Amino acid sequence: MSAEPVTTLATPMHLDYQYTAGLSQSRFLQGIAQGKFIGQRCPACHQVYVPPRGSCPTDGVATTDPIELGNSGTVTTYCVVNVPFQGQSIEIPYICAQILLDGANITFMGLIQELPADQVRMGLRVEAVWVDKDQLGLTMASVKYFRPTGEPDADYETFKAYS
Amino acid sequence: MSDSEVLRAPHVLEYPYVRSVGPVIGAFLTGLRDGRILGAQSHDADGTATVIVPPTEYDPITSADVGDLVEVGQSGVVTTWSWAAEPKRDQPLERPFAWALIKLDGATTAMLHVVDAGSPDAMSSGMRVTARWRPAGERVGRVQDIECFVPEGSTP
Repeated sequence: MSAEPVTTLATPMHLDYQYTAGLSQSRFLQGIAQGKFIGQRCPACHQVYVPPRGSCPTDGVATTDPIELGNSGTVTTYCVVNVPFQGQSIEIPYICAQILLDGANITFMGLIQELPADQVRMGLRVEAVWVDKDQLGLTMASVKYFRPTGEPDADYETFKAYS
Repeated sequence: MSDSEVLRAPHVLEYPYVRSVGPVIGAFLTGLRDGRILGAQSHDADGTATVIVPPTEYDPITSADVGDLVEVGQSGVVTTWSWAAEPKRDQPLERPFAWALIKLDGATTAMLHVVDAGSPDAMSSGMRVTARWRPAGERVGRVQDIECFVPEGSTP
């Protein structure tokens, strides 16, 4: 028996959910499993959303038309992560960026690799690097990261609405 | 795509919290680890001596600081109870049991715990129960150090 007084109490919380992706995200993930980004276009304003949520937040109408997007995009803004935290799986410093895929009208977050953290910039052109074909699955882990394409930076005018 | 193609997957969230328990609950938990149940000495608004179990840092009625901790009995009276016919995962017992408020001998307040009575027919408000402890080597300073309460007179 320990003689030390008790000063703490472990109170772990464990929440078991069953997540249902819905039609739009299911289609998106089916695309991911084939190494493609599939968004949806709003029939009213023609904006293309990726990942699609099934409706347009501006018009409030269903987005049913699937649109296959390119594998490349533009960094609209970014954050260089220098702070270690519990559960961190990537060596710091690393770059977390908002990426506007070619053909999309909304950005999503991606990891940038194969570039020193101090060289990331708005307008940087990047492309998705996927896991090997036999490893592709219904998960965003199918996208390993994004890396520079080597193209000239995108003109600010082309993405300023998203930065 | 039909509804049957909608993807579903388990999504588990875990928060590994560790709470600091403070001097009073800390002493209570230390007591449990050592096989003792402690309460806090206090007074009602009219000056009547009370013993709060589990102890709080402040009297819940008068908000005054509580006094010293004292050991209370390991048996007491069920003041009210509710039968759990189908225990869920992580509940204290895997077989049907009663959640019960138990006023231990020497205590003024009742504490929540479980009674392993076998059947709701064996439960009644006013019945006497006694603590069944986990083996000393398994006690770590938490309320589950008391495995459950059992009707007094049965094998603890």
